[in-house]
Amino acid sequence: MNSERRTMKVLLTVLLLMPSSAAQAESPPLPPQHVQVFDTPNDSGGSLTITWAKTDGESKDRRYQVLLQDPIAGVPKVIAEFASDSHYVQDVKTPWWTRPASQGTHQFTLKPGKGIDLKDGTSYAVTVAAVAGEQRTPAEPVQATPAPNWFNWNQINNLAIVMIFGLIVLGSIQTAKRREIFLRRIPGLDAVDEAIGRATELGKPILYLTGAGDMSEPSTVAAAVILGRVAKRVAAYETDLMVPHRDPIVMAVCQEITKQSYLEAGKPDVFKEDSNFFITTDQFSYTAAVDGIMLRKKPAANFFMGSYFAESLLLTETGASTGAIQIAGTDSDHQLPFFVTTCDYTLIGEELYAASAYLSREPVQLGTLRGQDIGKACILVALGLGTAVATASILFHLDLSFALDLVKDWK
Amino acid sequence: MTFLRRQLPVLVTFVTGILFAAQYYVPHPLSEQMLTSVSKWLQIIGGFALVLGVTSLFHIHAVKIRRKEPGWGYSFVLYAGMVGTIVIGLWHGGKETTDGVTTAFGWIYSFMMVPLQGTMFAILAFFIASAAYRSFRARSREAAVLLIAAVIVMLGRVPLGEHLIPVSGDITQWILNVLNASVRRAILIGISLGAVALSLKIIFGVERAYLGGGKE
Repeated sequence: MNSERRTMKVLLTVLLLMPSSAAQAESPPLPPQHVQVFDTPNDSGGSLTITWAKTDGESKDRRYQVLLQDPIAGVPKVIAEFASDSHYVQDVKTPWWTRPASQGTHQFTLKPGKGIDLKDGTSYAVTVAAVAGEQRTPAEPVQATPAPNWFNWNQINNLAIVMIFGLIVLGSIQTAKRREIFLRRIPGLDAVDEAIGRATELGKPILYLTGAGDMSEPSTVAAAVILGRVAKRVAAYETDLMVPHRDPIVMAVCQEITKQSYLEAGKPDVFKEDSNFFITTDQFSYTAAVDGIMLRKKPAANFFMGSYFAESLLLTETGASTGAIQIAGTDSDHQLPFFVTTCDYTLIGEELYAASAYLSREPVQLGTLRGQDIGKACILVALGLGTAVATASILFHLDLSFALDLVKDWK
Repeated sequence: MTFLRRQLPVLVTFVTGILFAAQYYVPHPLSEQMLTSVSKWLQIIGGFALVLGVTSLFHIHAVKIRRKEPGWGYSFVLYAGMVGTIVIGLWHGGKETTDGVTTAFGWIYSFMMVPLQGTMFAILAFFIASAAYRSFRARSREAAVLLIAAVIVMLGRVPLGEHLIPVSGDITQWILNVLNASVRRAILIGISLGAVALSLKIIFGVERAYLGGGKE
């Protein structure tokens, strides 16, 4: 196997060193220095990264060629050709802590596609050639084997932030168990009792929607949790509750939550199995059906919790036309203007997630809110620092990417 | 029984929650494969759950028809539409076209479903107009600001507006790129933190209401 590799290397070097007859007179460029080829770190495999040093006289006229030797045919093939003053380490979008070489070094990544098929576990001979006019000088070929990685170090800052935030939340929960936490008023949630009371007085039902999402979306989970709190109060007042669904799994979960709430309110006999019902998964068919329910049954209170799309205004405007008190809560930022316009109260973004804690007033839940607030304060500080550093780097022509990378790409 | 209803779901949530949170940081193909497999499981579970949903739909409307509740005629139309579509769909093997010719099943989709969906979507234009009319009545200082901003943005987004007031385009871009984008991002940061906090609460069993009820 080693002798085969040696033969391949010699063949590759001889082939690359063969000058064309027209270029005999020109002086050949210097070969690329310090060529390193290695498995691309932090990826799912099938990729190699090449680095080589910057040399004097690099310009648009001079070029580099990346050559890959086919392990079966054994013939080197030009994979890429580019100007010698391009493809530097700093051009690749990776944070500073995972850069394979210092800034100013050339970097090229061989990825599958466009005639390249790198197999994990197979060794490949790769080299870089400097090209000037018709002259080409290759560096010594380097063997490397692509392999998948078990951890993406590019996202270590993200993991650190999540862990710190998790610890802050858990710490805040512990604090909340020991002492009372102040919670600002959220008018939309204060109005829940008013809405239920009004429906009871009028003898009309309450309509509760959990949005367009499935149970994998946090907003749907939040909507289902709030339904539990609302259902408990509805049960106490013995008011009718209607919960039409777009997702059968959400329906099954909400059925259980509603049943439990009636049980906890001491009114299991008032619970109706069909208070949660499925309509359809189709967006506008669902909207038409719910609009029909609003117009026929004229519920006194409408709750719109969860995530919504184009149907939001169709639902809330119909609800407004029936004179119902309407409370919305969504994390769909693009639908917020419609809700704010047509509903009496709107829980904006994070207030939807805070609703469960606000309605239950359980210390454990309130602690989470405090944790969120501390997290927001940290982000505010990071935003301020990031803005200052970015501005300073432009004003004073400083390279402060090491600081900016830390607060970039938290996702 | 308590273990099956309470502890086991919390345990499963904890293990899968940690596993799939970690999956985000693992680029290995095995990790991707695991995610793909679980996505397929979700689709299969969703398929079975649909049976549950359709059963619920049939049951509710059957009761309405049997009791002749107000509006039972709509339930009858729903039954006719659903059963009719299922029968025709099965008859044509679920195909919308056969040898380039539209089947009855395809006809139902193209000439009934699509126009009906289009109609519902089209209503949105009128609803936006009526909602905007209500909001833009300058009853308060906030509503007045909203009205002015809306008029500028509307002018800046149409060629005639920009022709009449050339600066409206630039002001519109500034409103959208600076005022709108910054507030939107602030809301998104809050949403993201809220979602992470809720996920942590669920993973660590602090929030159990989704299992049915809040307390043990």
